[in-house]
Parts: sequence; structure tokens; C-alpha cells
Amino acid sequence: MFEDLRDLYQEVIFDHNRNPRNFRIIENASREVEGFNPLCGDRLTLYLNIVSGVIEDASFQGSGCAISTASVSLMTEIIKGKTEGEAETLFSQFHKMTTTEGEVDWAAIGKLAVLAGVKDYPARVKCATLAWHTLDTALKNEGQLSISTE
Amino acid sequence: MSALDVLSIRKDFPILTQKIREKPLIYLDNAASSQKPDSVIDAISNNYRFDYANIHRGVHTLSQRSTDSFEGAREKVRVFLNAESVKEIIFIRGATEGINLIAQTYGRSNIGQDDEIIITAMEHHANIVPWQILCEQTGARLRVVPMTERGELILDDYRSLFNSKTRLVSIAHMSNALGTVNPVAEMIKTAHSHNVPVVLDGAQSAPHMTTDVRALDCDFYVFSGHKLYGPAGIGVLYGKQALLEAMPPYQGGGDMIRKVSFQKTEYNDLPYKFEAGTPAIADVIGLGAAIDYITGIGLDNIAAYEDDLLRYATEQVNQITGLRIIGEAAHKGAILSFVLDGVHPHDIGTLLDTVGIAIRAGHHCAMPVMDFYQVPATARASFAMYNTEQEIDVLVSALKELIKVFR
Repeated sequence: MFEDLRDLYQEVIFDHNRNPRNFRIIENASREVEGFNPLCGDRLTLYLNIVSGVIEDASFQGSGCAISTASVSLMTEIIKGKTEGEAETLFSQFHKMTTTEGEVDWAAIGKLAVLAGVKDYPARVKCATLAWHTLDTALKNEGQLSISTE
Repeated sequence: MSALDVLSIRKDFPILTQKIREKPLIYLDNAASSQKPDSVIDAISNNYRFDYANIHRGVHTLSQRSTDSFEGAREKVRVFLNAESVKEIIFIRGATEGINLIAQTYGRSNIGQDDEIIITAMEHHANIVPWQILCEQTGARLRVVPMTERGELILDDYRSLFNSKTRLVSIAHMSNALGTVNPVAEMIKTAHSHNVPVVLDGAQSAPHMTTDVRALDCDFYVFSGHKLYGPAGIGVLYGKQALLEAMPPYQGGGDMIRKVSFQKTEYNDLPYKFEAGTPAIADVIGLGAAIDYITGIGLDNIAAYEDDLLRYATEQVNQITGLRIIGEAAHKGAILSFVLDGVHPHDIGTLLDTVGIAIRAGHHCAMPVMDFYQVPATARASFAMYNTEQEIDVLVSALKELIKVFR
């Protein structure tokens, strides 16, 4: 029945939605940012431990749709071990992939490419980018913060 | 099923014949906005094609034609609501503007520091925020009638909210998020026994049941054209004449005045006092056509048919494991709000769209209702007179498939 949905909902997305990775709290995290999308009620808290400019640990808590859950789960996997600068570069690549026609560095994007389908579903782009906007805020600000997509 | 020729009704709505992603469109987002019959579309385009000019002061033929159609629509609204006089029928942009108008005119003149306004736990943001703005301006307070888990107002608590500070009650006739039809006649009696006037938000109820403002004895009533198979951007405020006459104007401008000089302005009579500027002329005429259309079918017939649809849909979705209906009041309009274990409402909405089914997913402009049920959002299928049991069958089988995909 849902033949068309595979453009958007690839198996990797279902997998991360069923079993989100790094779904836990980091006690005494160096960064803790809450991201909220008031349109759909998606809410997540991102925890980062940054030591000497390197993201040593990343995790999240919260609830959202399959797209937003898979996006944040994949993000915490991929940014672990990256420097802050590398994570920022990934953010801009991800932003390009989901919103504009700009040239995307697919090698850098890696398995985040499973989320490329949201580009054709404008109402769902924010579901995929919430995690990354939350990360962007976490990288630019020390301590605890809260952001909203609207 | 009731005496309603659904197939012939469907033929009146051109949008319903199209395909979405190669599947026949199944439009179940009627609580957000309903589709328009040919007669409404034609009334609007014919006005622009043949009769359009500004109304009320023109001496030429077109102005007279547009004025006649415009004022004719006002009379249709009067009959539709069973108001006493066309002076009580004010054209506005929609229910939201109506409530803001009441808050900023009646409210600013009659509600002050420490006074209280009663609303309910199931209000749309449009019946919360205008009162919060008024409270900020005046120092008044909002009191909220609580509801049960089934989504029914607790009337004992409502009665006990009244005190010497209560100045106004504003309640939804029907909840857009839950479908609950509130016992407004009884609630109005209670308020009047304390000499407190009542605003009824009819945005959700007007398309689905007969409204008689004199039988209900409400003091104000608002509704929107776009949910009533009419144009978007037009709506109606009804107010009892004595109340409207005592209220200051909402906006100043042309048409709402009788005489203007730099020293003093004399305001126009009702209803024009509240209709500053050139109104949405063609849309008012379109609203008149929408009222003709539904009164031609008969609101009692529509209500009976939609009731059957709701009962059928409720039975069918109740057989889906892991589905929970949000809002199970004994008296409900044709709205089915639900959540599915393990599937977020937005995913439900996107997946259903891929098979041509349009539903709403989100907080339905009723965030306090979502908080009450501790859900971030719900999926909502809302039915109209052009929907069928076959469409509900497609919805139900799609929901069953969707659960399999997610697990």
C-alpha cells in the first residue's frame, strides 16, 4: 500500500526510530541544549561532552516523529569523535542536503544521506533539521540552553 | 444511512474528483477547513465577472448590484442563525477576529482589574489568547472550566467558578480538537442567572448543526465562512443589538461613520459601526451561497448523516490494536482525534498522504488539550457531508498497514 513512502522512510530510519542510539542522559555534560518544534511538539535534549575541542560523547532524550528521532540518533553517532569544526561542517552539509539545491559533499554526509528524501516533503524538513539546529546552538554556546524552530 | 444523496453532493465539489499521488483524494481535514461547492465558487467569480463594484455609496448600477447581493447575504446569515435583526450581523474576517473584536470593545469597556473571564479547558487558541491579551491590558483573570478524561466539561466546577467578579463566559460550542459538543444552552442559563453574558465560539459547530441564537440566548456568537463550505477570510459576529449598540467601535475608517470633522466623528448605525473599510464583498456573497447550499440540504440531515459516519468510523478504528481515541464525549461532532502506539501523528499524516488521504496531525491550535492528555500531538480525521463509509474503510485499512510498516 505504501509503495511511495520509501523515498522518505528508508529502513535505516525505521531502525533508528525503533532503537534510537545514544538515548540516554550524560551526567555533567559540558553542553546541554533543549530543541523544541512547537508545530509538531517534537522535543529533544541534546547532551555533549566536549574535551579540548573534540566531541567525546553525544546523547539525547526526548520524543518526536520517526524522522526527527532517526535524525538525532544518527547525528549522535556520526559526531562522536569529531572536532567542533568538523561537526559544524557536517551541519552545513546536512542543511544543504535537506533544504537547498547547493552542492552536497556526499562523502562527508555518509549514512546521513538516508534523510535526503525530506527535501521533497517541505512540511517535514524541520523534523530532520531540529537535531542539527540544536547541535549548532550547543556548539556555539557553553552550558544549558533551549531553542525553538519557530 | 440517512436521507442524504452523498454521490450527488460529491459532484458539487470539483476538488474531490482529483487524484493525489495517483490515488483518489480522501479529504478528512474538514475541521481545519472544508471544500467549496461549485455554487460558492460561481457566486464569487460571477460577482467579479459581472457585478463587482464597491458597495453602499455608489450611485451606479454595478455598485447597486453588489450592494444588493452583499446585504442579501447578511439577511441569509440572519435567517441561518435565527437572529432578530440584520443589525446584529457583523461581517468580519473569521471567528478569530470576532473574539478579538469582543475582547477589545465589549471587554475593554466592561472588564477591569481583578474581574474574571471564564473559558474552558478545551478551547482553541483563538478563544484563549484574545482573553489573555485583555487580561494583560486590564488586570483581569482567566478562569478555566476543567474537563474529564472523556473530554466532557465538569459542570459542577463550572457553576462554582461564578462569583461577584465574573464578567464574561466564552466557550466553544464544539471542540475542534476533541469533537465534544458542549451543553451550551444549560451553561448559558447558568451564566445568565449570575447576569453574566456568554460568547459562543461556533467555528466548529456552525457547519454541522442547526444554530438558533435566540433559542440558545447567547449574547455573542462567532463563526468562520471557510469551515462552512464558504470562502476563507470571511466570518460573522452576531451580538445582541443592545450590547452592540453600547460597545465602542473596533476599527475606525470609511463606512463605519455617519459624519466626520476634525473635531468630532459620529459613528454609523449597526451593523456598519463595526465594518470599517471596504469589506470582502465577493466573499460575503460567496458565504451567502454557502448558506444557501447547506440549508438546501438541511442541517438536520447533515448532522444525522455525519453522526452515522462518526459512529461507523469510531467502531472501525476501535478495532485497531494500539489506537487510542482522544475525546470520547457522549455528545460529539464528526471529529476523530487519535494516537497510535509507536507511530507519531506526523508520520501518520505523511504516510496517509502518500495514499491520498488528507488528515491533520499536530496540536490543532489547542496546546492545553494536548498537555491535558499528555500527548505531543494527535492525528485527526474530521468528516463532512461529502465523506463516505468507503472512505473510512480506506482510512482504516491504511492505518492497519501503517502499523505493520512501523513495527
